[in-house]
Amino acid sequence: MSFQSIEEVRARCEKENVPFWKAVQSEDAQERDVPAEDSWKEMKHMWQAMIDGVDAYEPGLVSRSGLVGKEGGLMEEYARTGEPLCGRYMAKVMTTALKMGCNNACMKRIVAAPTAGACGVLPAVLVTYYREYDVPEDRMIEAMYVAAGIGQIIANRAFLAGASGGCQAEIGSGSGMAAAAITYVRGGSFDQIGHACAMALKNLMGLVCDPVGGLVEVPCVKRNVGGAVNAMAAADMALAGIVSQIPVDQVIDAMREVGEKMDVSLRETGIGGVAGSPRGQEVGKNLQ
Amino acid sequence: MGSIFDILGPVMVGPSSSHTAGAVRIGLISTQLFGRRPGKATIYLHGSFAATGKGHGTDRAIVAGLLGMKPDDMRIPDSFEIAVAEGMEFTLAEKEIKGAHPNTAQIILEAEGAETMRIEAFSIGGGRIRVSKLDGIDVSFSGESNTLIVRNIDQPGCITEVAASLSEEDINIATMQVFRDKRGGCAVMVVETDQVVSREALDRLEGKEGIVNVTFLNVNGSIEEK
Repeated sequence: MSFQSIEEVRARCEKENVPFWKAVQSEDAQERDVPAEDSWKEMKHMWQAMIDGVDAYEPGLVSRSGLVGKEGGLMEEYARTGEPLCGRYMAKVMTTALKMGCNNACMKRIVAAPTAGACGVLPAVLVTYYREYDVPEDRMIEAMYVAAGIGQIIANRAFLAGASGGCQAEIGSGSGMAAAAITYVRGGSFDQIGHACAMALKNLMGLVCDPVGGLVEVPCVKRNVGGAVNAMAAADMALAGIVSQIPVDQVIDAMREVGEKMDVSLRETGIGGVAGSPRGQEVGKNLQ
Repeated sequence: MGSIFDILGPVMVGPSSSHTAGAVRIGLISTQLFGRRPGKATIYLHGSFAATGKGHGTDRAIVAGLLGMKPDDMRIPDSFEIAVAEGMEFTLAEKEIKGAHPNTAQIILEAEGAETMRIEAFSIGGGRIRVSKLDGIDVSFSGESNTLIVRNIDQPGCITEVAASLSEEDINIATMQVFRDKRGGCAVMVVETDQVVSREALDRLEGKEGIVNVTFLNVNGSIEEK
């Protein structure tokens, strides 16, 4: 049985005297009945696929609807030549998020993390860091385990699909996973990893899934930026010693409750939210 | 719930795990169950697949799967052109299928010298699917495990024959389901196994009384069919 709560992960870590990522890895190896090295190899494959995905972006491509595709290139150029308000580093994080979101919409290869629509958040936070800081690749793969462990707990206690719980389940979860992962990379403690995740999830709680025309394009591509920037901020808060007053397991439970109360028009049906705006409906009609 | 690689993963061609990656899997499993490259495919899209399928590339994804591509194949967006080049005819249409899951596709496969196969499957999200109908008979399996499909005449002894044959080969049955259209009519056994069933074992099984044909879906390999 996979982890049902972060407290279960903590118990395993304390019992076996292992770090967060190792507990997730041994649970995976046990559950799938494979050696730990095989699990590691597979995770390394996911990591490499993320890097390849970022590099495969083509600024000239647009999605078949014509709605998205160029955002990654525009942001990259601005990060290089302009004076981004968020600073150059954050502009790179935003660029990567947009590139992956555009790749997904343009039918290029991505890693669902936890979903295809949210595929930009984790690489934005992790791949950017890997490229800007001198950090061993193994540490990034360990961080991927931290992210996966958090994702699994969210899947077990709540949901990861927009149709089930709105965008908080997709971008929100991706943001919580990324916040936990980067906190680990920066040397955060077990508690800090949990706080970063909890804060990231709380900040996006209630986010609805309202894709225009039902496509994973508007507002999905840009929401990856929101998820990535939020993850960085949550990680920095946790590393500064700021704590979430609500424990992460309870935040996830609250997220579930919010998702269950969310009207169906706001859960990936393309009816409510910006999908239901006059312009959103007009775009939707033109697609048919 | 699946493994952590259902959370971080799959590696796939976008934009949607349900409408693109799942659609590729539906096409792929159809071809695998058919046992050969189809010469002609008729594809019906229902519900959300029909409504937003074009924008999600569901149509191209299913054709890609029928051509044997996996969800991470970069050629998925070009599958229509590849099908034409490789001589696979296909038609796509929308169809209201009563009571079906919103992400359902119905596929009819034909090839020279082979019996026509009809399959219905739906995408449940995260790139995972379920086959819900095979040649008009209700079934339910994911294709994530090794799966033995036995079509037989609904008569006493067939299940014993299959179970005994697998036991002789030292193959453990993980799950087993039996379906039929009517008493004494056509029946389908869906048997998920821990080990791979050899070609010889499939041949022997097919020679048994009451068994019409046998197909084996090897999750880590290509199709074995008689």
